[in-house]
Amino acid sequence: MKSSDPLAKADSTAADAAPAGDKPRSSFLSVRDLHVRFTTLDGIVKAVDGLSFDLERGSTLGIVGESGSGKSVSSLAILGLHNPKKTVIGGEIHFDGVELTKASENEMNKLRGRRIAMIFQDALAALSPFYSVGEQIAETYRRHMGASRKEARQRAIDMLGRVGIPNPERRVDDYPHHFSGGMRQRAMIAIALACNPDLLIADEPTTALDVTVQSQILDLLGDLQSEFGTAIIFITHDLGVIAQTADDVLVMYAGRCVEKGTVREVLRDARHPYSWGLLSSVPDLGGDVDIPLRPVRGTPPSLLSPPPGCPFHPRCDYVARVGDDACKTSRPTLTLADGRGSACHLTADEKAEIFATEVRPLLR
Amino acid sequence: MLRFFVRRFAGMIGILLVISLITFYLFFAASGPDDVVQMSCGRFCTEEAKAGVRHDLGLDKPFFEQYWVYMTGIVMGRDIGDRSCSAPCLGYSFSSREPVTERIQNGFPTTLSLAIGAIVLMILIGVGLGVIAAMKRGTRTDKVLTTVAVVAGAFQIFILGPLLLLIFVYETELMDLPKYYAFTDNPGKWATGLILPWICLMVIHMAMYTRLTRSAMVDALNDDYVRTLRAKGLSKRDIYIKHAFRGALSPVATILGIDIGILMAGTVITEFTFSLNGIGRLAVLAVEDSDLPMMMGVVLVAAAITIIANLLVDVAYAVIDPRVRLY
Repeated sequence: MKSSDPLAKADSTAADAAPAGDKPRSSFLSVRDLHVRFTTLDGIVKAVDGLSFDLERGSTLGIVGESGSGKSVSSLAILGLHNPKKTVIGGEIHFDGVELTKASENEMNKLRGRRIAMIFQDALAALSPFYSVGEQIAETYRRHMGASRKEARQRAIDMLGRVGIPNPERRVDDYPHHFSGGMRQRAMIAIALACNPDLLIADEPTTALDVTVQSQILDLLGDLQSEFGTAIIFITHDLGVIAQTADDVLVMYAGRCVEKGTVREVLRDARHPYSWGLLSSVPDLGGDVDIPLRPVRGTPPSLLSPPPGCPFHPRCDYVARVGDDACKTSRPTLTLADGRGSACHLTADEKAEIFATEVRPLLR
Repeated sequence: MLRFFVRRFAGMIGILLVISLITFYLFFAASGPDDVVQMSCGRFCTEEAKAGVRHDLGLDKPFFEQYWVYMTGIVMGRDIGDRSCSAPCLGYSFSSREPVTERIQNGFPTTLSLAIGAIVLMILIGVGLGVIAAMKRGTRTDKVLTTVAVVAGAFQIFILGPLLLLIFVYETELMDLPKYYAFTDNPGKWATGLILPWICLMVIHMAMYTRLTRSAMVDALNDDYVRTLRAKGLSKRDIYIKHAFRGALSPVATILGIDIGILMAGTVITEFTFSLNGIGRLAVLAVEDSDLPMMMGVVLVAAAITIIANLLVDVAYAVIDPRVRLY
């Protein structure tokens, strides 16, 4: 990896940028009260509705939730990839001192792929079928590092080798359809990491892969993270993946954060009925095969007209335990103490009791 | 790859055989021979004289024998009467008594020049406008361009051609009447001599290219991989031209293949409108005169060109899209 000059340049620029000089207290990535709204023919969709979180260098935030809960939409907002004509974005996204929601398209384009990179779920669809894998890595490198074709090609070969593709000198000229699913996802990672980004957003990168390959990819991401100190936002609906990768977890429901905490806190001592539902829906592979699966009942709410009060109340088993029908009328706020909290009307004692008596016994 | 070309070449021979047989048969079914004999013999013609003409032209032999003689002549050459006709022998014209091969060779450069110029303009302007429309999609520029293309496409050669002649040749006298000059003699004269028919063909075919390029590019821009390209921070130009346009090339190649076939096989109306002597004119005159060898020659050449154009399109698909393989 120490072979070519542009590589060294990339490594050093990443290292130079490391201390965020003038704003010592603020986080590396800080999202505050993010709103994303789409104007559709049927009305306004509040895809993300007041999301806040922080992320430090070198750490991993897992975002969990069902389809349509706003996971991917928030990450696309960080990259500024929404169509500005159809989307209204509110709130603030501070990335290493830069306010991304106010940044010009030109400024954003210099960050994209260079300092903030993204891995998408379906690598076959997310890679261009018309260009070789090597070219798709090299074009990013050329664009951001001003490298020559030759240097960029060498970088592509190095990156393919680093993400564990055998014979990278030969495979560099192959097209995505020549690669297997796992190799394509590795190639996606190679593209994303070509310029040593400071922040990597991984949007369900292992969902389309079988578990063996999934585990290899997760290990790879972990290795690369410890090597380069990249901050990672890991979007998934798979709690197993979260347990394996994340430092902090954010559970999203209907465009809002309903629970936040460290991975240990959320997986071992969840505080929100929706998180309970997610946890107890994980099947116990060691258990009796006749035990039926326990899905979270009901369906995700329409974001065009979300239910009044707590958006989860139509699916929640504990509405009756809260007085005055509060769940149906008032929206619970997320109150955080030390980065830990949940948006639910149940009292802290009730949550602890329910988790201990009803949820924990279902977990392995 | 080699197997692909061998297979396609064999297929081409097969298609040409079928087409030639059908053309030959239609000539006899439409009692073309009687017309020819009547025409050659004149108004006051005896039965003996007719039989003589019939024999001279070889029309008295059985159908399949005539067909066989004609087809072997293409491969090996043959003697017709006291004249010998060498290898790709397409026979002698019934009406002008000239070798068909020679007449096609004379008309072909005109048709080829017409087609090449028109195709280049169609690609440059038609596709170019489509790219611009796609890049500015949803804006006024997009709407103006698409509308212009559609209106232009609604013209017909026999309206637009005379109109251009009237304006540029007869009224303002800015140009001479279109005329074919050999490219090898004088490229400048070649281009100016054919510019009016080129513009005519371009305007009429442009709409398809503009609309297809635009819609194919807009489709490509909605593909998932374009989101990746944007997430990589690529420039707009790279995303549009390097990637989305590449994705739009296959459908453009499809209609280009069809148009190459149509244009190369003779643009009858264009040639008549601008008084040019190409393959198209030969074809029409051959039918009018019931000139079997001429008809066969033009049909076979046109068919061969169309088949080759299709072959080129298939090769182009494989070049454009690495997922396509040639079997």
